[in-house]
Amino acid sequence: MSYEALVSLAVCLPLAGAVLVWLCGNTPNLREAVTLVTGGLTFLSVLLLLPQGLSGMSPELVFAAPLPGLSLSFRLEPLGMLFALIASFLWIVTSIYSIGYMRGAKEENQTRFYICFALAIAFTLGIAFSANLLTLFVFYELLTLSTYPLVTHKGNDEARRGGRVYLGVLLTTSIAFFLPAIIWTYSVTGTLDFRPGGIFGGIADSFVVGALLILFCFGVGKAALMPFHRWLPSAMVAPTPVSALLHAVAVVKAGVFTLLKITVYIFGADLLVLLEARDLMLYIAGASILLASIVAMTRDNLKARLAYSTVSQLGYITLGALLATPAGITGAAMHIAMHAFGKITLFFCAGAIYVATKKTEISQMEGLGRAMPFTMLAFLIGSLSIIGLPPTGGTWSKWYLMLGSLEAGHIALMGVLMVSSLLNIAYLLPIPIRGFFAGRNEGPSILKEAPWPCLVAMGITSAGCFVLFFFPQPLHDLAASLYGGTP
Amino acid sequence: MMSAIFANLPALQVILPLLFAPICFLLRKRGAAWLLAFCVSLCTFAVSIALFMQVSAAGPLSYAMGGWDPPWGIEYRVDSFNAPFLVLLSLMFCVTLAFSYKSVEKEIVQPRHALFYSAFMLCVAGLLGIVITGDAFNVFVFLEISSLSSYILISFGKDRRALTAAFQYLIMGTIGATFLLIGIGFIYMMTGTLNMADLAVRLPSVMDTHTVRAAFAFIIVGMSIKVALFPLHVWLPNAYGYAPSAASVFLAATSTKVSLYVLIRFTFTVFGAGFAFGAMPLQPILLVLAVTAVFVGSLSAIFQTNIKHVLAYSSVAQIGYMVIGFALASHAGLSAGILHMFNHAVMKGCLFLVAGCVFYRFRSARIEDFRGLGKTMPWTMGAFVVGGLGLIGMPLTAGFVSKWYLIMAALDHGFVGFLIIAAVLAGSLLAVAYVWRIVEVAYFQAPDEVHENGKEAPFILLVPAWFMALLTLYIGIDPSLVVGAAESAALSLLGSTP
Amino acid sequence: MTLVFGLFNYWVAMVLMMIGFYILIASGNLIKKIIGLNIFQTSVFILYISMGKIKGGAVPILTEGTEIYTNPLPHVLILTAIVVGVATTALALALVVRIKEAYGSIEEDDIHEKDGSL
Repeated sequence: MSYEALVSLAVCLPLAGAVLVWLCGNTPNLREAVTLVTGGLTFLSVLLLLPQGLSGMSPELVFAAPLPGLSLSFRLEPLGMLFALIASFLWIVTSIYSIGYMRGAKEENQTRFYICFALAIAFTLGIAFSANLLTLFVFYELLTLSTYPLVTHKGNDEARRGGRVYLGVLLTTSIAFFLPAIIWTYSVTGTLDFRPGGIFGGIADSFVVGALLILFCFGVGKAALMPFHRWLPSAMVAPTPVSALLHAVAVVKAGVFTLLKITVYIFGADLLVLLEARDLMLYIAGASILLASIVAMTRDNLKARLAYSTVSQLGYITLGALLATPAGITGAAMHIAMHAFGKITLFFCAGAIYVATKKTEISQMEGLGRAMPFTMLAFLIGSLSIIGLPPTGGTWSKWYLMLGSLEAGHIALMGVLMVSSLLNIAYLLPIPIRGFFAGRNEGPSILKEAPWPCLVAMGITSAGCFVLFFFPQPLHDLAASLYGGTP
Repeated sequence: MMSAIFANLPALQVILPLLFAPICFLLRKRGAAWLLAFCVSLCTFAVSIALFMQVSAAGPLSYAMGGWDPPWGIEYRVDSFNAPFLVLLSLMFCVTLAFSYKSVEKEIVQPRHALFYSAFMLCVAGLLGIVITGDAFNVFVFLEISSLSSYILISFGKDRRALTAAFQYLIMGTIGATFLLIGIGFIYMMTGTLNMADLAVRLPSVMDTHTVRAAFAFIIVGMSIKVALFPLHVWLPNAYGYAPSAASVFLAATSTKVSLYVLIRFTFTVFGAGFAFGAMPLQPILLVLAVTAVFVGSLSAIFQTNIKHVLAYSSVAQIGYMVIGFALASHAGLSAGILHMFNHAVMKGCLFLVAGCVFYRFRSARIEDFRGLGKTMPWTMGAFVVGGLGLIGMPLTAGFVSKWYLIMAALDHGFVGFLIIAAVLAGSLLAVAYVWRIVEVAYFQAPDEVHENGKEAPFILLVPAWFMALLTLYIGIDPSLVVGAAESAALSLLGSTP
Repeated sequence: MTLVFGLFNYWVAMVLMMIGFYILIASGNLIKKIIGLNIFQTSVFILYISMGKIKGGAVPILTEGTEIYTNPLPHVLILTAIVVGVATTALALALVVRIKEAYGSIEEDDIHEKDGSL
């Protein structure tokens, strides 16, 4: 199949899936089969695009021209491929998980859930493939809107409040900072295309570019840089599969992916290191990492703790992107994948615990490891990957990030990364440890695991954490081809 | 026969609705009156399209009314600035009529239906006349035709406050029109001509007199009342809020835009940008008022309980955007302003149509009536969400395109430009607040007993609403047509040197 | 002196206009408001009509031996404007009748008290 057809297919398949799911709404089995098949086909088409994506900047695929001189268009490049691969692969896994979770938790409006989920994936792929900032912005906003019904799925007051914060923060930042930054960039440079080496190429004074950098960093609210992180904990009112895929992978990664793309293809590493504004943003990212970790320690609700952990981990990627050294960018790109697998596993576990026992608070989970040994084991593996301990994938990305901060001469940031790892240990590891070892004398416990689809999904993602430790080479190559422009 | 029709298209444009309005009244029968009006609207639309094509192919078109050559006789002049407005007006004419068959049946007592349709046609004829004429005094006459008929349209509203709203609008509108009359009188005194093109030639030699300056001030203030520019907007919310739905749809989508058209026409064609923005301090005054309008309108919209009032106050804010574009007086700014005039007409038309659908079901459009509509009237709410996203300025909607051009235009203006951008963006965020407040009520609150059994609006009401919603999306995806029209309009206003 | 007597017609128009405007704003009675509006409009009519007069100009009917005519165009224009003014007044009065039926009063304050409008 031709390359153009494949790209369109990858984005349109989930859209078509959404329509089919809508049509099959009355027969749950068929509906979920459609979701799985669509997921499989989407992943397949992304996979077929891989050779093209790795060969550097592929030709542009224009599909609409809403503004003269600006088009909505797709173009494959390594970073986008990486993101698309992760998102489409984890969609299949999450679909398997959702089937178990949604039925187990007896959620209502499941058809709407699957429709919006498919739409969100389509828009995520749109972000991954976008060839310019305008396209990216369009899909970015569509993603916000399509995930709103998922966040407010329960439809009660709590969900509505969460949804209000979610939409409020994401729309406010994107309208108030991101959009003007895009338009300003366009009026300065006359283009919005992602180009290797950036588009500013010595035509703008450093004040304007610095201001733009700050606008972009805060404008991409999905990257959850403090103080615009509030939406992420609020989004945790959503059903767990949503938190797992969208708020640990698709949506937040869309944010940091956008930042990474902007630093690499709009500013360019050479320009970025000269900016004073960059140092400011680096320290804000560092502060975001530490503060979020500290807040995470104070949260007793498991999903809230994981959410703050995500805020902190997103700070890593932002940090790597802003370091703009080869190792920093490699680390940031790899961390997108590593954190995706680690955090989705953790969320799967949180959901599994909720479905099996209706427990949401960490303090209630003592001794849970005996009732749910498999879940707790998966949680342990996920935690290790987030902390960055071997033999899990997180080790590598942390390694490169630290290397990057050394390269850039920011010893303080290296310190931040190390302290944060310690904090990670402090807020993650006690959960499985107390799960297995605490509360022994509360009587014998019966094995009571989550539904099997949940377990399968957890198994796949935690296996992924191991695989990424032992075979990081393809991922590394993909990430390393970023700063070299064309590999 | 055909060539006679084509030669007289500019006259037909106005005469069709003007002539059939009394016939419509004589028909008395509801269905017949509607059918006649609808046929006339289709013809009017066809004529406007033909004119638009003719102008874009062959340039400006001058038509001497009654065979009296300008500047003595009345000249109808169609150029690339007013041709798209003719299309917009007659399009809204068709859409509103398609909507009004069912809506008017519910909202207006039976014997008055024919009267409603003839007043409506008169209003359209007046607005078309304002746009098409090249004669300054003729503008006043058509303005009064459209105003008088719109007072009647508003007073048809079932709520008794419609009467006081119409009265208030009548007083303010007449003051505005009389100001315009004084202004035209002054410039006639100085030049001895009423033809706009002729005025533009003769005015420069007498420009530096108090009389011309006073004339300019009278025209600007008078038309600002009709435009509903802050702080002269007080008549608008009640007028749109209590008018019958069909009338609110049409007036909200077109009437303020036509007044703004007159303002722009006098500023650029008659007085010239050099006088208006150089010798007179028009820019700072308009910018300050427009930015205030954005804030005051949006903030007031947030606190309204009646959806029609929410939309009306939102109009006050959106008029602010248009005036900002106009006041920037650059090619980019003017095209952004004109572009937003079209886009806002489409989006606000869509939203008022939705309000009309809800009104049709529940006989009121308070925010409580929207409870649970996401379930009971999914299609209606779908159109509302599309229109609302347009107001916010989401990508892929018409609102995004206008916002993009407005911000691009403001970027050329240094520090003032940044303040304007801040205001535009703050306005969008406030729009999120007032749109989402309604969306939340519709999708998250359970309906009470009265509204539980609400059914989807009739198909015939949904068609116009969704037509406008799809148009909003279409302009968002492929705006080349509107953008092209707005840019060539701006170009024709500013002369060949943009 | 010319300022007062030479521009006499303008002074009349101006004074009438201000009187009309004042009644329009200050009066709470809707009928009085309409009267104010009428005076306001009439002042503009007078302004127009008086500006058509040319010193020494004859009635604008073509006759032998007359060189200067008064400009008839403003009169024609104002004839139109008067018609418009009459229509406005008629409509306004009709509205006041309906308001009286609906509210039982034509005083602004009473109406405002009843449902906050006006």
